[in-house]
Formats: sequence, structure tokens, C-alpha cells
Amino acid sequence: MTALLYILAALVILLALGWLARFVGQKATGNKPLFRDMPLAVAFGYVLGAAIVIAGIWYYFQPVTTEQGTPDAGVTFFHWAVHGFILAAIAAFLFRLLGRHVGTAGSKKLFRHMPLTAAFGILVIILYAFTAIFAGVLAPYGQEEVFAQVNALPGGDASVGGNPDHPLGTDQIGRDLMSRLIYGAQNTVGIAFATTLIAFLLGGSLGFLAATIQGWLDQVLSRVVDVLMAIPSLIFALLLMTIASAWAGSQQWLLTVYMVVIIAVIDSTRVFRLARAVGMNIVVMDYIEAAKLRGEGLGYLIFREILPNATAPLLAEFGLRFCFVFLTIAALSFLGVGIQPPLADWGTMVRDLAQFINFAAFSPLTAALPIMAAGAIALLTVAVNFVVDWMLQKSSGLKE
Amino acid sequence: MTDSDKGQPLVEIRDLRIEGRSDEDWNPIIKGVDLTLHKGEVLGLIGESGAGKSTLGLAAMGFARDGVRISGGSVMFDGIDLLAASAETKRKLVGKRIAYVAQSAAASFNPAHKLIDQHAEAPINHGTATKAEAEQDGMELYRRLRLPNPDEIGFRYPHQVSGGQLQRAMTAMAMSCRPDLIIFDEPTTALDVTTQIEVLAAIRDVVEQFGTAAIYITHDLAVVAQMADRIKVLLRGEEVEENETREMLSNPKEEYTRSLWAVRSFERPEKPPVPTDATPVVSVQNVTAAYGKVQVLHDVSFDIHAGRTVAVVGESGSGKSTTARVITGLLPPKAGQVELDGQILPPDYRKRSKEQLRQVQMIYQMADTALNPRKTIGEIIGRPVQFYMGLTGRKKRDRVADLLDQIELPAETYLDRLPSELSGGQKQRIGIARALAAEPKFIICDEVTSALDQLVAEGILRLLARLQDELNLAYMFITHDLATVKAIADEVVVMKDGEVMEQGSKAQMFTPPHHPYTDLLLSSVPEMDPDWLTNLLAERGRDNIGDAASDKID
Repeated sequence: MTALLYILAALVILLALGWLARFVGQKATGNKPLFRDMPLAVAFGYVLGAAIVIAGIWYYFQPVTTEQGTPDAGVTFFHWAVHGFILAAIAAFLFRLLGRHVGTAGSKKLFRHMPLTAAFGILVIILYAFTAIFAGVLAPYGQEEVFAQVNALPGGDASVGGNPDHPLGTDQIGRDLMSRLIYGAQNTVGIAFATTLIAFLLGGSLGFLAATIQGWLDQVLSRVVDVLMAIPSLIFALLLMTIASAWAGSQQWLLTVYMVVIIAVIDSTRVFRLARAVGMNIVVMDYIEAAKLRGEGLGYLIFREILPNATAPLLAEFGLRFCFVFLTIAALSFLGVGIQPPLADWGTMVRDLAQFINFAAFSPLTAALPIMAAGAIALLTVAVNFVVDWMLQKSSGLKE
Repeated sequence: MTDSDKGQPLVEIRDLRIEGRSDEDWNPIIKGVDLTLHKGEVLGLIGESGAGKSTLGLAAMGFARDGVRISGGSVMFDGIDLLAASAETKRKLVGKRIAYVAQSAAASFNPAHKLIDQHAEAPINHGTATKAEAEQDGMELYRRLRLPNPDEIGFRYPHQVSGGQLQRAMTAMAMSCRPDLIIFDEPTTALDVTTQIEVLAAIRDVVEQFGTAAIYITHDLAVVAQMADRIKVLLRGEEVEENETREMLSNPKEEYTRSLWAVRSFERPEKPPVPTDATPVVSVQNVTAAYGKVQVLHDVSFDIHAGRTVAVVGESGSGKSTTARVITGLLPPKAGQVELDGQILPPDYRKRSKEQLRQVQMIYQMADTALNPRKTIGEIIGRPVQFYMGLTGRKKRDRVADLLDQIELPAETYLDRLPSELSGGQKQRIGIARALAAEPKFIICDEVTSALDQLVAEGILRLLARLQDELNLAYMFITHDLATVKAIADEVVVMKDGEVMEQGSKAQMFTPPHHPYTDLLLSSVPEMDPDWLTNLLAERGRDNIGDAASDKID
């Protein structure tokens, strides 16, 4: 209760500070439009932001070890986060700089207008794609190889339980985590990409077909999609996967194929809705009518007239849909029905190492074991979203 | 009146410079324009699209659209510098002392609120009236603007009233705080002539009664001649000239202004009558058509002969475009038939042969939506060439170059461009080339010039006339603009509510006696004479113009 009062009091003080800052700004700059037309809420926002930044800096310079000599987990994690953030920002900046000076005139222009977030997103996606494609070359060991030392901590420092041979440590049965993370990129990202592609082929072509032909076909397809969408998707996928695992029997690869098909079908319903809505807007255009009156066939109408005009929203949806599929696969693997061992997969890795998160308060390094795989999932999701945001903003024609 | 007895000007714009952003650069839109407006005065701003009329009009409120910035000059409103004023000061002015009437009232009203609630918003927010007072005043204004059922119409939603009524309701809304200045941005451009005249009369009355100053933006000279005390002509962001309306009309000084004035001079020579035994290219026979249960065409019949232009005129909703849809086969008729060269066409376009489809081509009103934005000009024109003629490779390229040559665009510059890189007139020419590529006998032109500036529109009409003479094409020319009819038609069909009111040769149609509806249409077209509206109102009375008169004819 008192904590709540403290927070409330702090906010009130910040509000007063905001008013004061705006007043001082007005006086100091001789009533420049920036300060003159600034609403109090905006001034409050600036002050709140400044307060949070200052608090962050203060916290960053707190001692890493507590008075008892044990590491302070909060400060340690905060250090990691800040370092990661700064590193990511620098990498994105350098990448954008590179893009502005290397490449064709078109790509240079693209990079000149690119926000830092989008540059970061593209960089991460390129790195992931590279890792996934060259996993076999990059990984120091095989994904199924088992070593003597189990539960080696990341960092490779033997004095705190690491092993220089395994820079990111080993799991409970002694598999090299770095190799498994790299192979996980191939398995998880590759399968998610294939699944999204199938979902788009299925949902996109049916959606455009419904938009072009309309009538009873549209009704039938749309109602089927409605029914499929009415069932919560993760639970539906779990249910179907349980049935599929019975069908697959001992053949584990068959289960992966079933999973791809199941998730693709479930996600294609969302793609269908989008493609149909976008297609409907395009079908009413006069140039479609002109093509129909010319006597063009359905294939020409859909692929030559409609599709080129629907690429921007579909591409943006592809990015988002990829994230959802990717997270669904990770979730299914975490629950044990997704990608099957011994194939390395980030979702399975999080599940296998999950109990180490309990050690976070005493040993941040131990807790880092599950966080690495979870972070790999989060990073890609964030990166794809950054790129999609940027693409949507570009295609919507917003200038400021 | 001399300047001295008008006192302090209400709006004073000096050396205004406005820039707009395209891609990475800022391009000038307004290049140093001065404007002075006194209390109670109406200034007409005219010019082609892209001349900066609307941008200047908005700048008079101290406002610039997104992606546009005011880079220099000053805007003074009644002694207040709008460019330096705080957001607070501007908020107090806009809506209360300065109001704006947009081109499309249908798009500017919020469809989720009743008219009167939107009307009362400004007075309540500015604290000039209570809700009850504002509503009472709204009804009074509706009465003055001669809206039907003024006490009741405000309680409807925007979709429940017609376009002309909505435009008047918007004018009433602008008047709600009795502003000193109203900016009218093409308020009648989207309306039919018969509706336009009502709105014009209403706006003029209200502006006179309250002594409001106004800036009236339009591209239609005849309209501005009725409304404005003075006219300012803009060209590409620069002022061409400014003068009193009568002086400007009778004695334009600049070459550009004169060319604007002379634009309606194009008229084709009359052709000899068609021999009675000739087979028409297209014959519409007793067509009755409906959308679902709503019948929109009743027993429509007319013939179109080779090398002739039949203009189909009428207000929006009269069934002009529906007739075109029946001919193209998009809307199979309930009864009646369409013949091509004496042969009955299958009612549904899907049942027609490639050859039949090729003979009937269409040119659309909005070139923006008629050309696929993702295809180059070469692809757009090349497709029908390949599809119908089976030409590929070098032969196809040559044919496309020929077609571009016919529409007077150099092939090498335009072949690889996208539609977005062309001007409105050029896009319309591409639409014509696509129709020609099929080598048809008959082309339907659906309001092809109504979205274009007058000078550009005239160029398109001349092009169509030349192509007709060269290729012996038959045109069905759908339009609501009688000046266009005068320019290009050989025969005229007048439609109202899905029925043919009158048809005959152009000469017959433009000489009395007329059918009452034709008479109403003809008399509603504004003329360049500044006294035209005054005379017309004196001659006919307020109740015999526009929709009120149109409803009496049946």
C-alpha cells in the first residue's frame, strides 16, 4: 500500500517537474513553437523518460557483487541487457552505414531512409539465415554428440564450472549447447519458414480465388475458415498433434511432416482472410474489369493483375505470420509434441534447461543456459517485427 | 469601392512560399504569392490541378498538409500573424472565425454522427452557444440554405441525405459560428449540374446575408464568374493575374488566362445523316435491367452507327453507366437485347467469343484505377496486342510503338514508365491506346474527360475526334457535361431515372423546343456571364431550379 503511495507521489512530482521544465523552456528559448505548443502530457512524458534513463544509469553503476560476496543477479542481468542493447545499436548503425555506401543506387537509397530498428532487423535476419544455411560448417560439434562433462556453464571459465571446449556450456546429458543453438537455427527456423510458405500458398491462392470468383465458392471457403478459426489455434494444434503422433508411430520424421501440415493449415486461415480482403479491394478496380472484358482467364487475373498489387500487405503479413508459426513450433516443442529429439530445437532446449532458471538469484551464469535458447527465439521475433513495421510504414506512404 | 474605404484587410498574404516533399527533396508548390481579402469580399482562385489552389487556400488558415511546409512569407488574419501564432491561438480562430468547406462533403462528414451533432460541435467547443441554441441555429441555417424539412433533416445521418444536400449542410456547418472567412475548396465539383446550381445559389445567398468573406477555389470559370467579386488566376504556384470579375472576363491580360477562356471553342462539323438502311454497329433494343430487385433501366433503345458519336447525358443515377454495363455484358439485361453489326450478342460477357469481346472496348473515367499501377505502359498496351492479335517479340513492340504514336506520346520515353509517373491526361491517353490496341469497331467512353482539367480535356476530345475520323470508330460517349456534348457528339440521348427522355441529332437537341428535362439540364449549365445565375433565378424563381424542378418532371 505504501509502495503504491510512493509511486503516486513520484508521478505527481514528475508532473510538476514537467510543468516546470516546459515553463523554463518557454522562457529560455523566447517562446519557441516547440515549447510554446507543447501539451503538459508531452512535457510529462519527456520528464518521465528522463527519470527512467537516470534511474537506469544509477542502477548500472551499482556493485555487481553484494556485501556478502555473492553476485547480485539483478545488476548482472541488467549489465548483460545494456551491453547487448549497445552492441546491437552499434552493429545496426555500422550495417546501415555499409548499406548506404555499398550496393546499387536503389539499395543505397533504401538504406538512407531506413530507421535503425529496421537495419537491426535486417542484419539479424541475414545472420540467422546465414547460420541456418551453413550450420553444418559453423557448428564445432554435431547436434547429437554427447560429451563427458554435463551441465557446463557458459563462458568457458573452468574456475566457475565452465569448459573452454564448450564456450556456451553443455546440457544435462553433455551435448554442446553452441552446436545445438546453431543447428536449432536450421531446424526451427527452416521448418517455420517452410510451414509459413505452405500456409501462404494455400491461404493466399484460395483467398484470391474467393475474391475473384465470389458467389458460393467464397461462401463455402469463408465458412470453413470461420469454423477453423473458431477453435483456439494452439489447443487445436495440440489435439491434432496428439492424433498425429499416434499415426506416426515410431517414425519421428513423419511426425515433423504432420506438424508442418497441421500448422500450415491452421495458419492459412488467417492468410486466407487477409488475401480475400486485399483481393476484394483490388477486384473492384477498373483495370480488373478491363481484363475480364478482354476475356482473360482466371490464372492471368489472379497472378498477373491482382498479385502484383497485393505484395506489400502480403509480405508484411508473411513476416508476422512467420513469427507466429515459429513461436507455435517452439511452443509445441516445449510441450513435447513438436520437433522430436535428437534434432536440436530451441523450444525443446528451453524445456530441457528450464529448471536452471531457478538458480537465477544465486548464479546468473546457470540461469543463462535456458535464456540463450529463449533469447534466440525472442531476437528473431523482434527483428522480423522491426522489418515488418518498416515495410508497412513504407507501403502506407506515411512520410513523417 | 476604393481600398481606403474598405479599411484594414481581413486576410493579407505576402510573398508566401510553400514547399512539398517528394521522396528526398523539397519542391516549391507556391512560389511567392500575395493575396489580399477584405471583409465581405469573395475571391475566386482558379487554375489547373497542381496549380496550388488548395494549398494556398489552406495556407490562408495558417495550415499546411502533411509533407508540406510553409517556407517563407507571412499570413496575417485580422492583424494576427498565423504563421507565428501559437497552437492555442489558432485553435481559437479555426472553426470560429475561419471555416473550411471541403470538396467532398460525403468524405468529410463523420458517418457515425448525426448532421446536427456535427454542426453543433464547433459552437459548443468554442463556447459561443449551448447545444440547444446551436441546434436551433442549425435549423435556421438549413432553412436559409433551402434544405428540405429544415427542422428534421439535421437528425439524419450523412448517408441518409443526397450529395447536394450534404454539401449545403456542410456550408451550414461552416457558418455555425458566423465566421469572418470561409474557404470553399471546389464545393460543387463532385455534383451534377442541376444540383450544383442549387448549392451555388445557396452559398451566394448566405455569404451575402452574413457579410462573410470567402475564398472560392475552383477550376470551373463559369462557376467562379457567378460567385466571386475578384478572380485570381494561378499557374504552377505563381500568380498569373488578378482583377475584378467583370474586367477579368471581358478583358483578360495574360496569354494563359486567354487560353483558359477560349478552351470551349472546339466543335466538330456536322456529319451527313446516316442512310436509313445502314446496319448500326451497336443497337440497344428495349433493354430493361436491374441490380437485384431494383430496376435501373426501363425499355432503353438507341442505335450507334459506324464513325458516329452518340452522347448519353443525364445526372448521376440516371442509368448511363448501367447501359454501358449492359452493352459490355457485365450486367445481363432482364429483357431486351444488344446487337453488334446486326448479330445478337450473348447477354453475359463470359459467353461472348474473343472476337465479340475485341469489337467492344471501354475507356474509363478514372485513369488511375483503370491502369494497373504495377505494370509498365508497354505491358499495359502490349497485353491486348498479344492477346487478340497474337503478336509477340519484335512485332508486338512495333505495334505498341505505333499505338503510342497514335496517341501522340513518344514511345521511347514512355514504354518503360509506370502509370504513377504520368500526368492525368497522359494516363487517359494510355487508356485510349489500350482500347485501340484491340482494333475495335466500337468504344464506350465513360466520362473520360470529367476528371481532367479543361485544357487537357480538350486535347483528349480532339484526339478522340481524330481517331474516329481515321479509323471510322463508333463512340458511345457517357457524360454529364453538356459542353463536351457540344464539342464531340453527333447524336444525343438524354436519360433520366433509367429511361430515355429524348434522343436525336445534336442540332435538334440544342434548338428549342426541348423536352422539359432537357431544358432543365441545358439551363443549369453555368455560363461565363457573371449575371447568369442572377438572371436565371429572377427568370425561374428559386423553386424551379435544381432537384426541386427535376422532381416535378415525370
